Amino acid sequence: MNLFDIIGPVMVGPSSSHTAGAVKIGYVTRKLMGQPIASAKILLHGSFAATGKGHGTHFAIVAGLLGMKPDDVRIPKSVELAEEAGMKLEFGKIDLPERHPNSVELILEGVHGRKLTVIGESIGGSLINIASVDGLEANFSGEYPTLIVHNLDQPGHVAEVTSMLAHKSVNIATMQLYRASRGGNAVMVIECDQEIPEESINWLEHLEGVEKVTYYSPMEGDEEE
Amino acid sequence: MSLLKLSEIVELSNQRNIPFWQVVLQEDMRERNVTKSESMKTMQSMFEAMKEADESYNPHLKSLSGLAGGDGEKLEKFRMKENRLVGDFLVQVMEKAVKMGESNACMRRIVAMPTAGSCGVIPAVLLTYKEQRNASMEKMIEALYVAGGIGEVIAASASISGAEGGCQAEIGSASAMAAGAVTYLENGDNEEIIHAAAFALKNMLGLTCDPVAGLVEVPCIKRNVSGAVNAVIASQMALAGVRSAIEPDEVIASMKRIGRLLPSCLRETGQDGLAITESAKKVEMRMSQ
Repeated sequence: MNLFDIIGPVMVGPSSSHTAGAVKIGYVTRKLMGQPIASAKILLHGSFAATGKGHGTHFAIVAGLLGMKPDDVRIPKSVELAEEAGMKLEFGKIDLPERHPNSVELILEGVHGRKLTVIGESIGGSLINIASVDGLEANFSGEYPTLIVHNLDQPGHVAEVTSMLAHKSVNIATMQLYRASRGGNAVMVIECDQEIPEESINWLEHLEGVEKVTYYSPMEGDEEE
Repeated sequence: MSLLKLSEIVELSNQRNIPFWQVVLQEDMRERNVTKSESMKTMQSMFEAMKEADESYNPHLKSLSGLAGGDGEKLEKFRMKENRLVGDFLVQVMEKAVKMGESNACMRRIVAMPTAGSCGVIPAVLLTYKEQRNASMEKMIEALYVAGGIGEVIAASASISGAEGGCQAEIGSASAMAAGAVTYLENGDNEEIIHAAAFALKNMLGLTCDPVAGLVEVPCIKRNVSGAVNAVIASQMALAGVRSAIEPDEVIASMKRIGRLLPSCLRETGQDGLAITESAKKVEMRMSQ
């Protein structure tokens, strides 16, 4: 925790976990999507489901999906703004026994047809953890540029990705590997200290055995494709 | 930050022959790799954000639960009355604390310091001080560094989370931070700053986190008032020369132990305390409809 985690952050109330953290989950997810969201199914778990109504958690998540940050004064009006923008919303509850009490599953479709399912956890303060992307474990904070590669569980993919990063002078902060089964679907989640160039992301997408590449950049701006 | 004790900040302050707040500033420059002017600019933006939040209070707003809103205006009117018991300083501290707590509950923009639930304590004391004593912006920023240093030590060596340590960790920490800050503004020395913080935190030890319907409203908003007023009286005691018999860092360590001993039903779980009263259940019923 640094000084401005104590004196700050500036945020829309009432709760750092149920409001500010919820905005961040939506915001990181919107960035992962890389295109405006056409429809969103928002399924609240645990304390998010139980007390979310009074904390404005619904508004907060939708605000994030619209690209707002936790200090945006339009957060309480986000549902109206989403309707104006043509975003279809559906709210519900879900039981995610393995997850943090403040969790949400987001099932999304983008305006250009991209589909994305994310489970986000608000883990205290306004810190978050993106726990799963498209059904596979992820675990990243949204504080760093993050690369998520879904690939087939075959030899060499990790080396391809890491040598590309080395070549671009991108330092790896954390790296995780998961797989559904031997030879099946696998995922690598890499948090980096530097941004990854767009052409490198495109290059990865065309590699054989790589099924989907998702990139999150904490930098400002909307990277509509 | 790497400083785990208030006594370490005081030691560094003496060694380097710089005030308490500058130790905290230097630590921030080192930790985040920023210049002095970058750090101070960020701190000024925090001060301005809390001032803006105070000034944009809207008495007509109600929280989503319908429980919170409008009390700040009542206190503002009360402040205009003659014959009230408390003086001009404290009554305005009370008013500002309620206003900020209500703004937070009503989804307005606030500065979490250290948390959203305790966002009214420090602004209530500092903004009242600035208005009534005409203090300079520089002084206010320096005071925020004092508050921040105390808060960082508490966060690193105890907790600032209600779920972990109960309300003593949120309002108690905010109160200790405000007490140190206002003591600095009143030209208190390092010892007076940390003893003011110790008094404030001692007075809040054991405080539970049992809010109605899990919301940051009841009793949180009014507890911002008690935390803010408590900060002022703690500071006055320290400035009067009174010293805490328990070393300030030992008070913080006690807060941590007490937090661990609090049963989880009283740490933001809604399982006991005020949260399960008849009145609280009525609120929950109304909200589920």
